[in-house]
Formats: sequence, structure tokens, C-alpha cells
Amino acid sequence: MSQYTDEARLGISGRVVSACLDAGRPALVGYLPVGYPSVADSIEAVTAITEGTDGRGVDLVEIGIPYSDPLMDGLVIQHATAKARARGVRTADAFRAVEAVAATSATPMVMTYWNLIEAYGPDRFARDLAAAGGAGVITPDLPPDDCPEWIEASDAHGLDRVFLIAPSSTDERIALTMRSCRGWVYASSVMGVTGARAATSDAAPVIVSRARSVDQGLPVGIGLGVSTGDQAAEIGAYADLVIVGSALLKCLDSDGADLPGDLRRLRTLAADLAAGVDRARL
Amino acid sequence: MSVPDATGHFGRFGGRFVPEALQAALSELTVAFEEAMADPEYRAELARLQRDYSGRPTPITVAENFSAHCGNARVLLKREDLNHTGAHKINNVLGQALLTKRMGKTRVIAETGAGQHGVATATAAALLGLECRIYMGEVDTKRQALNVARMQLLGAEVYAVAAGSRTLKDAMNEAMRDWVTTVDQTHYLIGTVGGPHPFPYLVRELQRVISTEARQQMLDDHGALPDYVAACVGGGSNAIGMFYDFIPDESVKLYGFEAEGEGVATGRHAATIVAGSPGVLHGARTMVLQDEDGQTIESHSISAGLDYPGVGPEHAWLADTGRAVYQGVTDAEAMDAFKLLTRTEGIIPAIESAHALAGARRLGLQIAAEDPEARPTILVCLSGRGDKDVATAFEYFGLPGVPDKTVGGMA
Repeated sequence: MSQYTDEARLGISGRVVSACLDAGRPALVGYLPVGYPSVADSIEAVTAITEGTDGRGVDLVEIGIPYSDPLMDGLVIQHATAKARARGVRTADAFRAVEAVAATSATPMVMTYWNLIEAYGPDRFARDLAAAGGAGVITPDLPPDDCPEWIEASDAHGLDRVFLIAPSSTDERIALTMRSCRGWVYASSVMGVTGARAATSDAAPVIVSRARSVDQGLPVGIGLGVSTGDQAAEIGAYADLVIVGSALLKCLDSDGADLPGDLRRLRTLAADLAAGVDRARL
Repeated sequence: MSVPDATGHFGRFGGRFVPEALQAALSELTVAFEEAMADPEYRAELARLQRDYSGRPTPITVAENFSAHCGNARVLLKREDLNHTGAHKINNVLGQALLTKRMGKTRVIAETGAGQHGVATATAAALLGLECRIYMGEVDTKRQALNVARMQLLGAEVYAVAAGSRTLKDAMNEAMRDWVTTVDQTHYLIGTVGGPHPFPYLVRELQRVISTEARQQMLDDHGALPDYVAACVGGGSNAIGMFYDFIPDESVKLYGFEAEGEGVATGRHAATIVAGSPGVLHGARTMVLQDEDGQTIESHSISAGLDYPGVGPEHAWLADTGRAVYQGVTDAEAMDAFKLLTRTEGIIPAIESAHALAGARRLGLQIAAEDPEARPTILVCLSGRGDKDVATAFEYFGLPGVPDKTVGGMA
């Protein structure tokens, strides 16, 4: 049994993590934005990463919603989401991607800048996401101590809410953030924007152990900079979730011109990452 | 007068909607600024720079000739254009650059639209020996090439931002991305009363010198407080500085003039309070130009300094409470006022400031029509000088730029 047993705190996605840990490995999370290269193609892509090459892919999918001012994203995500917006992607398209993932063995979540939820209406957003089969939302720019409307809406519709901690966070802030989360907490391993990095950050194990020492009751995910199975294995040795974003998105860089080829590369990377988390704790 | 609250809220606006990685730096900045403002040495050094370097206090000029075009109003100008570097921006920059040194940081970054804030930041960095990088939308670097050169002469690096709409909002995004990566050594010297707490508060306190001086000058030299105070509003730093000490004076009406571009109905404008809706942009909840999904809509204004789809949260709050009134001024109205002030007073205003002049003129004419006996005094913040806008004015007025006559040549 994993150390995480408080079902109220684990919500939907935390239970997925706990089951993975019970199976002797961390959970694998893949991020892709809806709408790139098109809404339909992105739905194929999010499905592909749940399957890999032989049926084993990511455990949780983070579906990103493109935003006009993505101030914590690096160039790979900026460029893809700018194209998605130019092609007319809408907030509600994320729910279609969520439905598609919910039909697989993986669990869908949404990652979005807060203003899109505010504009949609927090309660309406939570209702529609829950109806589509979504487990919850990752909100990178929403302060956990200043969002009563989101706490209320996510509670009302039984959704997980995942906030972020960073290497610069104080212990008090980590405690507050973890208390506010349901599901798991997202630890950014570096001070910086999204994007693959050659070496994993020295700060990653530090932020995980700091989070654990503050709060033992919630799984800790590491994101920002993971791109290979080996990095996933390295980080998965101590993190409860390994989160991969830009590296997956890069597989789609033909921009739809060679979707079958892109999807093959995407499946191969998902399989490599899945194998990485499988050997993380051997 | 106690706003914002401890978490940076002005009523329902403000806050700190930024990635967690920046929360610690913002908290550190909040504390450092409070300590600095309580430290007589910091205040004395800032006052010395304001006086000996920037040229404060700036005078109030009675615009007799311009007033003749404004009904029965008497228009007075608070001359922020006479500051070193040509605008009110230096007030904020000197305070934050000194604060950067106090915090032991060695590098400043800033966003700039028209280039005024970038030039002011590069200036303070040169003076105080700080490394400096300015982010500027690629479109703006082309509109304002002269200011790019000025910043480079001052020793700053200028990065053109080719993401998004390639204007001020994208420059802010890029500056935030830099800051989240370099926050240990770097201070993000935000140029307006926007962004996450404590910036709206901090920048207001540094710009407040405008109204502190102006209020006393009105009492000492002009016999009474003004009936109206007017300023242009983009992000809103000159306006908040100009309004702030007058807020408790209930007899003084506060008017902010936003850039209405080609008119609100055309969709090509930057009138955020007039035509926007509440949302979160660049770290604060405020009024935003956005579509129904919450995606930011690109703004348009002839004035690069007002061409921004958000506004400082305190202005959104002042609009909410009714303490200040916000109205739009079109490109055409602003350019008329630009020309009028230049011809009647011999003062070339920044096109930003021309929006305040146009608004004041409209107000004066309106009052004269409604109450012919009234003799209102309107104090306008002339936030900057128009040298940077000569090329825009050339194009707008279709000036040929050739001499009227050539003399003295040999046949």
C-alpha cells in the first residue's frame, strides 16, 4: 500500500497515483494542448499518448487550453498554442479532448491559465469538465490562498485542484499550497518556463523532499524539463508523478503535415517514458 | 487611503496571479519596499535624485491660450514633461532602481511600449551601475527606433519580442519569463501601476509625488484646489500619481482618459475601463479587453504608451467606486489637441498626454454648454513631451518635411 491513503485528499487523480505506487512505480503524466495541430488531431494525439506502442502510455493526461498570454511557457508550447488559437480553438474544445481521454484507460485533467476559467465561469467550467469525465484542473497562475470561487466550484463538482510549488517557495507557502490541493501537488523543478532540458534539475529532489517533510499526505509530482525515459526513471525514483510536456509536443512538430509520422514518434516517446517510470524503483 | 489590503486587493481587483516561482520574490519586494519607505536614508536619497537629477519639483503652467479653446475653463498643466528623460516615468524608475540596489540585486529588466519607460530604466541603470535589459514588442521597436537607439546608447540591451501581438503586453510576458528564471539577481522594474501586488501599490507610491507637489502648488500659487484633475490612462501610472493626493478632496473631480483609438464601435481601441470586462491579466484582476473565452484582445491606439489591453487595478477600483470617471478619447481628438497645444502654448505634448488635453478640452466645452456661468479650473497632467512622437505626427498630419522656401543659393 502506498503511503497515501486519505481518499478525501487524493480525490480522483491522487487515487490513480496511489494505485501506480502500489504497483511499484510512479505515475506518468503527459501534457498536450488541445487544438494543435487541429482540434481533431490533438484529440488523436492525447489518445495516442495513453496507448504508447503496446498499450502502455501515460496514466494521467494534462490537456492544456491555449491562452493569449502564456507567461510561464517556453517557446515550444507558446508556438503550438499560438497556432491553435489562430486556428480557432475554444475553451469548450478541451472538454472534447477530456471525453476522448476518459474513454481510454487513462485519467484526464485540464491545465489552464486562470482567466479562461474566470471567463467561462468557475462553476460552469467545473460542471462541464466533470460531465466530460475530467478529474480536475491544474492552475499554474492561481494563488491557492486567493481563489474562494474555485475552491467552491471544484468542491461542488467533485474535481481535483492541483496548485504549484517551486524551489523558491517558503515552507509556509508549501504547507498552504498542499493543504489547498486535492489529488496531488505539482512541483516545478526549476526556476523558469516550460521546456525540455538536457539535464534534470538538482533542485528536483530537494523540492520533493521539502514537500514531503511539510506534508506526508499528498503525492508530489515533478514537472518542467523532463524529456526522456532515462530522465523519467531518474526523477521517478523519488517523485510520485513524472510530468512530461514540451518533449511530447515536439513530436508533433510537422504541424499536421505528417500526422501519422508525428503520432508514431509520440507513441514511441510515450512508451519510452512509460518504460522509464517502470524501472524507476527497481 | 488604506488600499490595497495586505494581499494587494483594491476591492475586487488586484491580487497576485502569477506562477508560484515568483511569489517569494514578490513577498520579498513587498517587505523591502516597506522597509525602504520607512528608512529616512532611502527617502533622502530618492528626494535628492528627484531634485538634482530629474529636476523636481516640476512646475504648473497656466495654459491661457489653450484655455481659450476650452469654454470657460482655466486649464493648468502639471509639467511632468520637464523631467529628465521627458516624462513622469523617471519618478518610478529612480525609486525602484534604488530599491534594487538595497535588495542587493545587480540587474534590472523592464518592458516598454513607446520606449519612455525603457529609456528611463536604462537611464537609472546607467546612473546606478546596474545591468539592464529592456523587452519591447517587435512592432514597437520599429515604431520607436529612436528610443531603441537611446536605450542602447545608455548601455542597455534591447530585446525585440516577436511573440503574440508583438506589442507591450507581449513584452510584459517576456519580461516575466526572464524574471522567473533570473529572480535571484534580477529586479523586474515594472513601469506601470499594473502587474501583481506589490507593483500597483509600489509604483503608485513612487508616482504619488506628482499630486503631492501639484496639490500644494495649487494651494500656494493658484489660490485653491482645482475643480477637475485630468490625466491619460494606459496602464495608468501618471494618472494614479496625479489623482492620489486629491482622492480625499471630495470637491475635486477626477477624470481619466483612455485611448479610444478609432472608436469603441470599431473594436480598434485601448479603452479598457470604458469597454472592457473584469478578468485576470499579467498577475492582477482588473479590467481587460478580452473575448468571451477570456483571451486577451489586441488593443489599438496611435499612442504606443496607451496601447495596452489592461489597466492598473486601482483604476478599475476607482471606476467601480465612482471616485474617478473614465472616458475615451479617439486618435483624432488626441491629435487635434496635440496640434492645438503645440500651436497655442509652444509645448509639444506626448501623444499620450494629448489624450488628457483632449479630454480636458471636451470637459471644458461641455461645462460651458451646461452652465455658462461656471468658471472651472482643470488641472491636466502633461505626463510627457512629444519629441518621440514627431515622426507619428508627421505621418498623421501628412507633413512633407520640406522647408517652406530655400534662400541664399546661387542661381
